[in-house]
Amino acid sequence: MSEWRLYEVFVRSKHGLNHKHVGSVHAADNEMAMENARDLYTRRNEGVSIWVVPSEAITASASDEKEILFDPSEDKIYRHASFYKLPDEVGQM
Amino acid sequence: MYAQMVETGTKRLKTLEEMSPEERDFQAKIDAETKIEPKNWMPEGYRKTLIRQISQHAHSEIVGMLPEGNWVTRAPTLKRKLQLMAKIQDEAGHGLYLYSAMETLGADRDEEIQKLHDGKAKYSSIFNYPTLNWADMGAVGWLVDGAAIVNQVVLQRTSYGPYSRAMVRICKEESFHQRQGYQILLDMMREGTQEQKDMVQDAINRLWWPALMMFGPHDDDSPNSQQSMAWKIKRKSNDELRQMFIDQTIPQLEYLGCTVPDPDLKWNEERGHYDFGEINWKEFYDVLKGDGPCNRERIATRRKAIEEGAWVREAAVAYAAKQKQRAAA
Repeated sequence: MSEWRLYEVFVRSKHGLNHKHVGSVHAADNEMAMENARDLYTRRNEGVSIWVVPSEAITASASDEKEILFDPSEDKIYRHASFYKLPDEVGQM
Repeated sequence: MYAQMVETGTKRLKTLEEMSPEERDFQAKIDAETKIEPKNWMPEGYRKTLIRQISQHAHSEIVGMLPEGNWVTRAPTLKRKLQLMAKIQDEAGHGLYLYSAMETLGADRDEEIQKLHDGKAKYSSIFNYPTLNWADMGAVGWLVDGAAIVNQVVLQRTSYGPYSRAMVRICKEESFHQRQGYQILLDMMREGTQEQKDMVQDAINRLWWPALMMFGPHDDDSPNSQQSMAWKIKRKSNDELRQMFIDQTIPQLEYLGCTVPDPDLKWNEERGHYDFGEINWKEFYDVLKGDGPCNRERIATRRKAIEEGAWVREAAVAYAAKQKQRAAA
């Protein structure tokens, strides 16, 4: 079975929502990956759409890159609406 | 518990001073309840312990299909048959969720399954008992899945992210198993003939003690627990979980109008828990070592399934290769 590829499975739970990672499956080809994902991850109406992606096709950030990637946005508080204080008289904005 | 006596490789906890800086950071994350993810640094012992525990857990789900498979063709009605098949399919699914969680640690599914088939990997002792009458399907769902739920609900908070997420999915599905089991017994007790009622009591008599053994040895005899608890792989001790299970199960038992084969079982007002008799630990260790009533049969069935299915897997690979070639041409 080691010749079977590993696929990551993403399921859209409802129309209008993003696909979300739910787990992985092994399969000989894309079609079988889809069938296996369906049997394994949507036995109880969990989804309306499935993506299967070969795991090797995914480039992931490493945990030791956390600072390099995400720290720079931490000091840019002006990117959030809450940074801008409005007088109460202005109301909702 | 679906994983019993998981070896951690350490008999004594390291003090903070003895830890390397990496280990200290790791323990700090654990203590702060930050989930560990596949790409994070982790001590080799943590990785190996998890691989052992998750694979044992997965093997239990897979072998756990066998005692129930015994009754698919003999279920009393079509409704019961469909329910049983749905439950068995779930067990296969649970095994697969767990194998994928295990693979995120760098383990290979085929290798781990091979270890099971070679008798080198354990699975829960409970699945080495036979299912002799239809009421066993009820008792397995109610008691065995019930014991598994007690354990798994706690494991949803285990420190390793993929394992914890698999547990969340599994717990959602597991309560169906327990309810369908209990309902089988309820129907038999309410509407059954005397013979059928006797079957229910017989099933409980045979499965009660093995269900309690699922939680593993006493805390004092569980040398690996301390490290597993420090790493928060395990969140509650064997004895705590066993007590929880008994306390919640006895009222359900009384509602059925049945008894358990334990003369020492009684409510202890002072402790606020049920007292119960001593488990036959020799039986537990014998079953775990491979000498239970069905150990050999279970492994033989698993091997046969893998061997006789080899041609299907080979055909799938050949078909995929051919399709690829065609697409390229």
